[in-house]
Amino acid sequence: MQFIVEGYPAYAYTGGVPYDPSRPAIVFVHGAAFDHSAWQWQSRYFAHHGHSVLAVDLPAHGRSPGAVRDGIEALARWLAAFLDSAALEKAALVGHSMGSLVTLEVALRDPARVSRLALVGTSVPMPVGDAFLAAARDDSPAAFDMETAWGHARGAALAQSAVPGTWLVGASRQLNGRSRRGVLAADLAACHAYRPSNEALAALRVPALVLAGKRDQMTPWKAGKAVADRIPNARFVSIDAGHSMTSEAPRETLFALRDFLAGNRDQTPTS
Amino acid sequence: MAHSGPKPPHTDTLAVHAGQSPDPATGARAVPIYQTASFVFPDADTAAALFDMETPGHVYSRLSNPTVSVFEERMAALEDGVGAIATSSGQAALHLAIATLMGQGGHVVASASLYGGSHNLLAYTLPRFGVSATFVPARDLEAWERAITPATRLIFGESVGNPSVDVLDIPALAAIAERHHLPLLVDATVTTPALGRPFEHGAHLAIHSATKFLSGHGVVIGGVLVDGGRFDWAADERFPTLCAPYEGFHGMVFTEESPVSAFLLRARREGLRDFGACMAPMTAFQILQGLETLPLRMARHVENAARVVRFLASHEAVERVHHPELADHPDHALARRLYPRGASAILSFELAGGREAGQRFIEALSLFSHLANIGDAKSLVIHPASTTHFRMDDAALAAAGITPGTVRLSIGLEHPDDLLEDLARALRAARK
Repeated sequence: MQFIVEGYPAYAYTGGVPYDPSRPAIVFVHGAAFDHSAWQWQSRYFAHHGHSVLAVDLPAHGRSPGAVRDGIEALARWLAAFLDSAALEKAALVGHSMGSLVTLEVALRDPARVSRLALVGTSVPMPVGDAFLAAARDDSPAAFDMETAWGHARGAALAQSAVPGTWLVGASRQLNGRSRRGVLAADLAACHAYRPSNEALAALRVPALVLAGKRDQMTPWKAGKAVADRIPNARFVSIDAGHSMTSEAPRETLFALRDFLAGNRDQTPTS
Repeated sequence: MAHSGPKPPHTDTLAVHAGQSPDPATGARAVPIYQTASFVFPDADTAAALFDMETPGHVYSRLSNPTVSVFEERMAALEDGVGAIATSSGQAALHLAIATLMGQGGHVVASASLYGGSHNLLAYTLPRFGVSATFVPARDLEAWERAITPATRLIFGESVGNPSVDVLDIPALAAIAERHHLPLLVDATVTTPALGRPFEHGAHLAIHSATKFLSGHGVVIGGVLVDGGRFDWAADERFPTLCAPYEGFHGMVFTEESPVSAFLLRARREGLRDFGACMAPMTAFQILQGLETLPLRMARHVENAARVVRFLASHEAVERVHHPELADHPDHALARRLYPRGASAILSFELAGGREAGQRFIEALSLFSHLANIGDAKSLVIHPASTTHFRMDDAALAAAGITPGTVRLSIGLEHPDDLLEDLARALRAARK
């Protein structure tokens, strides 16, 4: 579905059903050099289970045109404008990796617009190594190789896939590799530079979930735990997966989000 | 500045491990044979979600099966693709690729030197369903481009033609495909990922007859279709099966579900579901036993083949040998570039004395088996004009590089001295 955001078309996947703003809305936000399809196995489920789903393609990603945004703050302004365009006064925000920072920033700026906040594969700050940044700046294929290798659990290239017949690291690599020039570099630089204060996190009053992969090499689960520790009453759940838990452990990711978004927080197993 | 990133494991490692984790239920290290038609749903919500593609998993073994998935994912890893679909045969893989991309009015530009069964499908069978094909000489790049029409939806050739042993110029064809925004499908049965990977040279889709080298043992019939995930199906309106709402699955637009897996989603959700040419779990298990040793076997296959090529090329009873190993083969340089480890364990040659000499030769062989197959651990021989390609007229045979005296060999894993001894004896018999 197309919206107009900050003067440009913006695409959002609605989960295979028409968008209905009267239902409780969930907005999914992908990570660096990804698009809405990172949420393939969660967004479609919620759209068929009573929610209105909008899995966005951030500007210059996937089907959304426009210039790359420099910084998490700019992406957060775009996401807030997207909520306006979709006539959403309030929505649950679910962000993965870079998307988790974008959703966090929206919640910090305007908590009244965020009913629930799910940070998946997160770290605050989210430092990016020099070699990774440099390769991305040069649009080197090596940057996508790094994103693929570190973006999955160690050994994922050899493991049986949760999605029958799909070689997950190959699918992830090809999706990243479709990125327009400069997009990965801008995304990584945005992640690297974003430093909200501990005070801001401590003042956040939005119900929050931090979902971490126990085998995450990009944002180690301890970093996610540290984020959860700094947000009052935040829930922390870790599952057996790497950074790409939406595809590495699609059902476990779904269950954690389902429990949180339905408000069944007391029934969620913790670890 | 040169950058180097971490790479996936090497081919040898992928061949042994990719796509399989120790069985979560039992800890079994070997791939278990999930010999079951269907899978129990844990609850009603999951059942509905599985049917609606809201959650991944197995429902019914026509659509997917855990043993078959190991083979699919291992092939996708070996080819550096995004995923694969195993089929009941190599022919079923070719049909699935074409039927997923086009219907009535569709057109394929294909190499003239194809396996006879593939030629039949394109020349005689698919036209009944409104899909036509134009066959072009594999080495004539201008002919490939001239044959493309507004109806064309696919370019198709074999990495190494069978039995002509011509080498497809995948990089050059990929450039043509790019100019016309068309997908390039390569049948890589003869080369296998152990000798070369079509996607690295620009191809978009690959098929294999898994009956051949992938298995190596000649005990099953199977095929596989691999998607490189590199083609942008949504760039224009020419692939409505992938870009337009599909009424057969709740109006799903496959390119919106997944830009990189759209082709495989449609092929599985429509092609396997409705045509039903799926692979049996036992077949996948047997192919996997062979696949583990693919790199080792292919090295020996092409090493033995090189010995046989040199022997035949210097034999006075042989008029001509077709194999890119030979410096005078028109694809010699191309083969070296695309397949530095060796291009083919298949070769063909012309015997002095034509058809009769060919028949005497074949009947005098004792180590080579006279049968219709390639890619076995055992060395094989056949006379294409009277068997695999018998439906083709003389012109089509000539276009495929076959004469009445052509003999095709598939070189196996026996000791090369024993192979040469058998060939030498049969060549003597052929001259009598």
